[in-house]
Amino acid sequence: MTDYDVIVVGGGPAGSMAAHAAASKGLKTIMLEKDRDIGYPVRCGEAVSDEGLRQFMEPRPEWIAATISKIRMRSPNNTEIDFRSPGSGYILHRRIFDYALANRASQAGVEIQTRAYVDGLIIEDDVVCGVHYQYMGEPRSLRAKLVIAADGVESRVGRMAGIRSAIKLRDIESGYQVTVGNIDIDQEMIDFYVGSNWAPGGYLWVFPKGDRMANIGLGVNGTLSKDYNSHDLIHNFLKEQYPQATVLTSVCGGVPIAQTLKRITGNGIMLTGDAARMVNPVSGGGIVSGMHAGKIAGEVSAEALAAGDVSIKGLEEYPKRWRKAGGKNHEALHRISETIYDISDEQLDRIALRLSKTKEQDRTLLKIFTTVAREKPRILLDVTRAFAGL
Amino acid sequence: MILIKENRCDFCGTCVAVCPVDAIELREADISIIHETCIDCDICIWVCPIDVLSSDNKPEDKND
Ligand SMILES: Cc1cc2nc3c(=O)[nH]c(=O)nc-3n(C[C@H](O)[C@H](O)[C@H](O)COP(=O)(O)OP(=O)(O)OC[C@H]3O[C@@H](n4cnc5c(N)ncnc54)[C@H](O)[C@@H]3O)c2cc1C
Ligand code: SF4
Ligand code: SF4
Repeated sequence: MTDYDVIVVGGGPAGSMAAHAAASKGLKTIMLEKDRDIGYPVRCGEAVSDEGLRQFMEPRPEWIAATISKIRMRSPNNTEIDFRSPGSGYILHRRIFDYALANRASQAGVEIQTRAYVDGLIIEDDVVCGVHYQYMGEPRSLRAKLVIAADGVESRVGRMAGIRSAIKLRDIESGYQVTVGNIDIDQEMIDFYVGSNWAPGGYLWVFPKGDRMANIGLGVNGTLSKDYNSHDLIHNFLKEQYPQATVLTSVCGGVPIAQTLKRITGNGIMLTGDAARMVNPVSGGGIVSGMHAGKIAGEVSAEALAAGDVSIKGLEEYPKRWRKAGGKNHEALHRISETIYDISDEQLDRIALRLSKTKEQDRTLLKIFTTVAREKPRILLDVTRAFAGL
Repeated sequence: MILIKENRCDFCGTCVAVCPVDAIELREADISIIHETCIDCDICIWVCPIDVLSSDNKPEDKND
């Protein structure tokens, strides 16, 4: 006997999209979230592109804190390069956005339980058949035909199923972000700082949040995290650049910039979103890729259950479609990110100087990469591959 | 042994993500180390963005 067709673990964007897709196909679905709130705390810079979001739904004004049309990059010696954003983007209110995605899932028939921490899997004959969890500290179990692990960066559920998802140090950014008030910035511009003085092995971002507020955060690459800590770097930055800003919220968070796991399915289980390591390794963005993969996982659940095969073989459409949808670019992006993080401060300054001499309208993504490639020729092949979608 | 300054933790899961032996449990606002499983590799100490973790084997490496 099963209690549900599908159990989704984790109520982030990937989980809500997976649960929505499964329930929309008529599957009896429950989503378990360990925190008391869906969408809170917000461990995210909250940036998404209009194009990315629009694949799934019409952006709603109440989700949007700021609309972005400009990008600024600053090299270590503070050379500023402005780019026009190729399309518009948003800084979301993820607290509202994640709620809306979960609400949308619930309206498609998904049951949701918060304060439900999954701490074990029911595994029989090498097939995942349900979860053990604690609801407000009380042990419970539920059986299901399929489990979708959308449990974010921690990705413990996958490990419970024997999928090796621990991240290598070089593949994680140890992040810290503050939301500040009383700051005067261009509310249509996102601003990035690169170089070892601001953000060793990563970048620092200033994202407008509307009403003279901003998200300011950074990630320190795991390999450098023994010597640098993102909390201290952010506070130094605030002191030097925006001493008048007041901190309204602060959060920690890890950004997995790893390649997608080689195995994202097991018998009776699929991993999706951050749990499957689907963040874009160059930008650190994982909202849209998580939504996309979650949706595919939910759709594949329905097909696998209709065919009565939840084995790895029966779920093989999931990794296949994810690769087609963007996963195939992922490996090239991962190599690009390793090259980018390897660029020295002097090289960054030279790249910035070269770009600053070009006309703003000529500063396309390709132009940036070819300029970078003069310093780091091996990046060219990967960029070509990524753009060609190989 | 890994020590936790619990009042300081933000429950973000970065340490959980890198632990090679899955020795960290993290609930809503409750973190604990499974000491029998832990192999004292110390990488959780390094990746924590706010220095919640330390080891009683060696003095803390991080300069605050
Ligand atoms: C500092 C920072 C800045 C970022 N900035 C951006 C950005 O600007 N743009 C962007 O696109 N991406 C950004 N990201 C990445 C983005 O936040 C994630 O990729 C995205 O949230 C992934 O969605 P998800 O649904 O896979 O996981 P999550 O949103 O992390 O959701 C996972 C959920 O699972 C729950 N959970 C975990 N374990 C269990 C369990 N055992 N039982 C029950 N529930 C569990 C968690 O509580 C959580 O709610 C950023 C990340 C960080 C850390
Ligand atoms: S990385 Fe630090 S703040 Fe985050 S959960 Fe671990 S100990 Fe807590
Ligand atoms: S010291 Fe290593 S093994 Fe022990 S909890 Fe930390 S990361 Fe895991």
